[in-house]
Amino acid sequence: MEQGFLTTLILFLPMVGFTILLFINEKEQKEAIKWTAFGFSIITFVLSLVMWAGFNNAEAGLQFVQRWTWLDIAVGGTNITSEYYVGVDGLSILLVVLTTFIMPIAIMASFRAGVLEERGREKLYYALLLLLEWAMLGVFFIQDLIVFYVFWEVTLVPMYFLIGIWGSEERVYAAVKFFLYTMAGSILMLIAILFVGNYTDSFVLPEITAQISEFAQVENSQAELSFWNYSSSQEAMAVATGASDFVADESPLSANVITGGLLFAAFFIAFAIKVPVFPFHSWLPDAHVQAPTAGSVILAGVLLKMGTYGLVRFNLQLFPVEAVQWAPLIATLGVIGILYGAWVSYAQDNVKKLVAYSSVAHLGFVVLGIFALNSQGIQGATLQMVNHGISTGGLFLIVGILYERYHTKEMAAYGGIWKLMPLFGSIALVVAMSSMGLPGLNGFVGEFTILLGSVGSEYLGFFWTLFGTIGVILAATYILKMYQHVFMGDVIEAPHADENTYKLHWTELLVLIPILIATFWIGLQPGSFFDNMGASTNALVEHVEESYEQFEAAQPDAEEEVADDEAAEESEGDSEENSSE
Amino acid sequence: METFPLLVPLLILVPAVGTLINFFWGAKMGERAAGYIASGASIFTFIISLLIFNYLSSSHAPGVVVEPFLLDGWIRIDALNFDVNIPWEFRVDSLTGTMLLVITGVGSLIHIYSIGYIHGDEKAPRFFAFLNMFLAFMLLLVTGNNLLMMFVGWEGVGVCSFLLIGYWWDKKGEIGWQNSNAARKAMILNRVGDLGILMAVFLTFWTFGTVDYYKSGESSNVCYMLESNEHAGSLDATHAEYEEALEHEHCGHHEEGDAEHSEEGEAVAEGEDHSEGDEEHAEDEAHSESDEDHAEEESHDEDDDHSADGVVAADDHSEDDGHGDDEGHHGTVFTIAELDNSLFNPNQLGIFNQAELLMSLDEGETIPWAYDALNDEWTERGREVHIGPFTWDIRFTIGLIILFLLLGATGKSAQIPLFVWLPDAMAGPTPVSALMHAATMVTAGIYLLVRSSVFLDLVPEIRFVVAVIGALTAFAAGLAAVGQWDVKRVLAYSTVSQLGFMIAAVGIGAYVAAMFHLVTHAVFKALLFLGSGSIIHGVEHGEHHVHEHHGHGHDDHHDDHHDDHAFDAQDMRNMGGLANKMPITFLTYLIGTFGLMGLPFFAGFWSKDEILLEAYLKSFFEPELSTIEITGALIVFGLLTVAAFFTTFYMWRQIQMVFFGETRSEAAEHAPESVAWMTVPLMILAIGVFWVGFINLPKGTWIFDWVGNWGWHGGFHGFGHFLETTIPSISEHAAPDFNWLIALSTSVALPAFAIFLAHSIYAGNKAVVDRDEAHGELGKDPLYKNPATRQIWVAANRRLYSDDLYHAIFLRPYERIGKFLAETLDWNFWHDYLHNNVIKAGYDAVSEILSKPVDVGIIDAVVNGVGKVVSFFSGRSRGIQTGYVRTYAVAVFVGVVVVIVLMLLPLLLNGS
Repeated sequence: MEQGFLTTLILFLPMVGFTILLFINEKEQKEAIKWTAFGFSIITFVLSLVMWAGFNNAEAGLQFVQRWTWLDIAVGGTNITSEYYVGVDGLSILLVVLTTFIMPIAIMASFRAGVLEERGREKLYYALLLLLEWAMLGVFFIQDLIVFYVFWEVTLVPMYFLIGIWGSEERVYAAVKFFLYTMAGSILMLIAILFVGNYTDSFVLPEITAQISEFAQVENSQAELSFWNYSSSQEAMAVATGASDFVADESPLSANVITGGLLFAAFFIAFAIKVPVFPFHSWLPDAHVQAPTAGSVILAGVLLKMGTYGLVRFNLQLFPVEAVQWAPLIATLGVIGILYGAWVSYAQDNVKKLVAYSSVAHLGFVVLGIFALNSQGIQGATLQMVNHGISTGGLFLIVGILYERYHTKEMAAYGGIWKLMPLFGSIALVVAMSSMGLPGLNGFVGEFTILLGSVGSEYLGFFWTLFGTIGVILAATYILKMYQHVFMGDVIEAPHADENTYKLHWTELLVLIPILIATFWIGLQPGSFFDNMGASTNALVEHVEESYEQFEAAQPDAEEEVADDEAAEESEGDSEENSSE
Repeated sequence: METFPLLVPLLILVPAVGTLINFFWGAKMGERAAGYIASGASIFTFIISLLIFNYLSSSHAPGVVVEPFLLDGWIRIDALNFDVNIPWEFRVDSLTGTMLLVITGVGSLIHIYSIGYIHGDEKAPRFFAFLNMFLAFMLLLVTGNNLLMMFVGWEGVGVCSFLLIGYWWDKKGEIGWQNSNAARKAMILNRVGDLGILMAVFLTFWTFGTVDYYKSGESSNVCYMLESNEHAGSLDATHAEYEEALEHEHCGHHEEGDAEHSEEGEAVAEGEDHSEGDEEHAEDEAHSESDEDHAEEESHDEDDDHSADGVVAADDHSEDDGHGDDEGHHGTVFTIAELDNSLFNPNQLGIFNQAELLMSLDEGETIPWAYDALNDEWTERGREVHIGPFTWDIRFTIGLIILFLLLGATGKSAQIPLFVWLPDAMAGPTPVSALMHAATMVTAGIYLLVRSSVFLDLVPEIRFVVAVIGALTAFAAGLAAVGQWDVKRVLAYSTVSQLGFMIAAVGIGAYVAAMFHLVTHAVFKALLFLGSGSIIHGVEHGEHHVHEHHGHGHDDHHDDHHDDHAFDAQDMRNMGGLANKMPITFLTYLIGTFGLMGLPFFAGFWSKDEILLEAYLKSFFEPELSTIEITGALIVFGLLTVAAFFTTFYMWRQIQMVFFGETRSEAAEHAPESVAWMTVPLMILAIGVFWVGFINLPKGTWIFDWVGNWGWHGGFHGFGHFLETTIPSISEHAAPDFNWLIALSTSVALPAFAIFLAHSIYAGNKAVVDRDEAHGELGKDPLYKNPATRQIWVAANRRLYSDDLYHAIFLRPYERIGKFLAETLDWNFWHDYLHNNVIKAGYDAVSEILSKPVDVGIIDAVVNGVGKVVSFFSGRSRGIQTGYVRTYAVAVFVGVVVVIVLMLLPLLLNGS
């Protein structure tokens, strides 16, 4: 219980900071507002380091758990129970630390933001940042579906205002698009969550997972369908143990044989929009280009990771069979994302847009890794989430620092920055190389592990990897193009430059240094990070494999090729055949 | 002595520290101090390399695995299928030792040379920082004990190459931009090659479960270990059987003089103080017996007797291996007696020995492979390799791996089809061209292929591809070099061509010849590049002088590399007659040229001859080879002979243009000899060109026999013996004896003819015709004037249209499709049309219907009411008017507040 309290403390500290900020007088205490926000984010970061240090790598399940029931009502004969249930495991601990790591950086990066001086409302700005941190931490901590959904939605609100109030010219359009787009997916997820809860009589993720695992453990030839394709979890178990025959069509909730696929799709679309997986990426360039620097950093650093984290946590854990069936298709989307994102990124003339599209490519790698569905792939993907947060976050910081001086995002307006700002140019080079996946820096470790996993994946294989690896070449094209155009070439002076223009302010240096440290640390010694996630990932992979093996073994006959390349299409076909029986 | 290899981590650390010092404090310390620090770091690594080399060559020691300090393992993943464990580990063996000497030796000279060359450049400290950084990565490349560490160095030198090619990106206007373009081009084309390396690493990992070359304590050449095997029969016998086979079939044919040794299957080079051989025979007998046991009894239970030992041995090792590979052997140096591959389970071996073991199996045969300590049982494995959903034969897999490695090598070593970057890379400062783009970095591909020689030997059909690519490149680049005007571009194409020689040598299995040529080429090509740097430097100074003399408005900065006027100090048409102006440069350059041409007794003579000789022998005198190998050897022999002709021709053309005849420009007229910082390294390298060829003296003729007996310490084929511990296939073939036919024809008659031809075309002020400086006409080549050769010369001048092709096939389509995807597809269609028109318009239409009666009447009233309440509390959040979304946002927010209250209520009530 004591350990669990740490989780709650970390989760609610930003909320406390948010509340305190509301009571500070904006006019008289501008400095106090900044430093209160920064202080709270730093304390949160330190506490999360304490949690990280106390994290037990050998434990596959949740740690630092705290739970109690907050909602328990009976509606029409069914109990709706929801819990406050927080904890971390190997899949989320690094993302929690990433969140608390990025937040102080984002806050400090705002100290000198011109847009804040221009548009004011600093109190609201910093309060929203803390609110955002609270919501994001909630997403990673919470294990109850309903509460998870609440936190998931809350992340939209502060980001919506951050873009809408302090963004660039087309901020309102971008903010609305960001909000609507993500909402559209979330609604699907809400419906799926309600179904899942109703079906399993629980909204608690570990309990539902346990039910699925239990189902997969039962050896019975009648359980030829996915867990989700019965009318209730009790019936699923009953069928699996042979206690009753399957009578799908008469069941009250009209569960049918494609329910699993639909639920999976509902969750997937919600997360895919957030990631964003190609072709759901249309909101991203708008949001990134229009958002203020801190907003972009958080968006790239953490918010997008909520999507990939959701894929691992929900799509894999709740729908192991469907995950395997859909893996080739989704991995293909991932690979398309890698190539398409990189290619489109190369053709951009706007620095921020270039970096935004590079996110699509990087997260394509993550998606590929997740749906390799083996330990290497998922661990690589999880590490790549962190890496992307660091290197793309770093790139946005760099673009932000440039923007403060040049007030433009057009690449053509920059030139020879390396000459004007030698140290800054060199730091930018390291960050760019990390984003490009240079071995010895962080980006490489993640990409390498993901691609390694995808070669050995039973469900994908050689060709996905080959095309994914081409993305590594394309990454060089856009990163080097950006670096050449902005940092090399003829010197173009900033408008209204004076002698201080090309000096890095100490806050600017201070936000870049942690990025550099993390870049080298993960690049050279990623072992401890992999250790963190090892047990949980392996448990998850085992869960997926066992469930799928059981599913496959119970297939009526002659369909042994489901694990093959075209598993997705075939299994869809299978489902239809089954339903028509 | 034996501890010298433990110094290997310093090889990386010292230049890395040098980089950091120069990077952070270089500007404060000034240019000279930065140069001293960088050169000091480089010389330090050279001394360590010498110590290591001395140890390796004097003891004929096999490879040593050294773990670094400071760093723990690298990528280690605890997985359900195959644990990934890729350590930071160094390997020191004779191949690495060779590369170390080349890199640090040439590197140190070039560092010293740079002090003179870069003098006056404001960014000099950064230049030295990059040079040291390159040194660190290059040394990492050759010392890493696994493919992935090699890849770190591989990519690292790529970045250094990017930084140094583009070093003068800040030149004004178009030139600076071209420099950075060249840098970008090099990096991207190298990345194409990197795709190959990455894919090879992936396949290697899933085939063998590791990417380490060899594990600590494992021998790369079985011939060096059999006799001293004190653990005979300790592991399952199949493995031993395989070793037996190797022993009897392959080892010991290399040295006729050591006949009695050969009979006993012992293959140890002379000078080897290895006395245990004979005593071990009893052990060996026992070995064979247990083999028979195994062969007779297939069933496992019955094997218990002798595999019991195996289990024990395996037990120890599986424990060790699970946690960072043989803690006991950590950082120790193995003597030959201690090396013993039979101590390993097959799955614990490095990739090369595993590959040999798997390839030795028959179709359908399986052998005990991995020991599962938990269940106390052995996992069997046959030839099949499971990679994801695919099941391939080991032969196919290795073939695929080689092809991918070859792709990597074509990138870094500038072979067809990825060679177009190297000539452009000459945009960098000349020391960089000498160090990276001639002597060291571009040879990384050859190093990689030689390192993988075991793979290549296992699949000779794929080696054919390697041979053809190398030979074609050697030929094509040699031709292109004839048509160049830029003094450095001639050398660049020459480098590509010579790298083609090496790759072709690898392709026909002549690894020693390839490495030998790598070493000699490093020396004479570094000399040539540094010489060209000296020439350019001199002409630039001459130009400088001319400007001052004429009282032109001269820039005040003392930065002669940065002059932007049209005069091109690298164009050979602006030179001529420099032999008198720069005598040291001229003499050393001439020696380097002879080295490259391979005139007798100069470095290239020995190495190029050996490649041609091997190709010749394999073409005509080794009928036991498969047809495809003989074809490969024939192609190599034919194309390389022509390429050797080109080499002599274009080099003599260059000598004539640069050093002889009348001076063709005022700048050349006033060119001074370079400073001692630059000429001393030239002289040292020139001595090297004489000397370095003797490391691998061939046998079989009285002259060399006399020289060899006279006391040359390396002995005959000394270099081959040195490499033998690392490259097993050397033990299988006798090194070729000296062959008068090849030597006289390719090194005397052919060059003599080529020089004669070049001389008759270019000598006597005919090197450049139609020069008219007043009208900016720099002149034409006599070959161009002659209608018979015009077409060929134009093709050579246009680089065989490679750049046009590259632009037409790759660059422009890439950019155009990128633009199309970005603007038309992604933005106009997907972003604007679909989202903003189709979806939004549809939505608007629906909401139009809904809003009037439903929304305004009922919902708005309610929501506005709520909104008012909330905005009363949170007043300032009402920043913008966005219609529905805002109201929704507020509604969500209210909901959240309610949920929080509900959630925290129990906490407050229960206090839990």
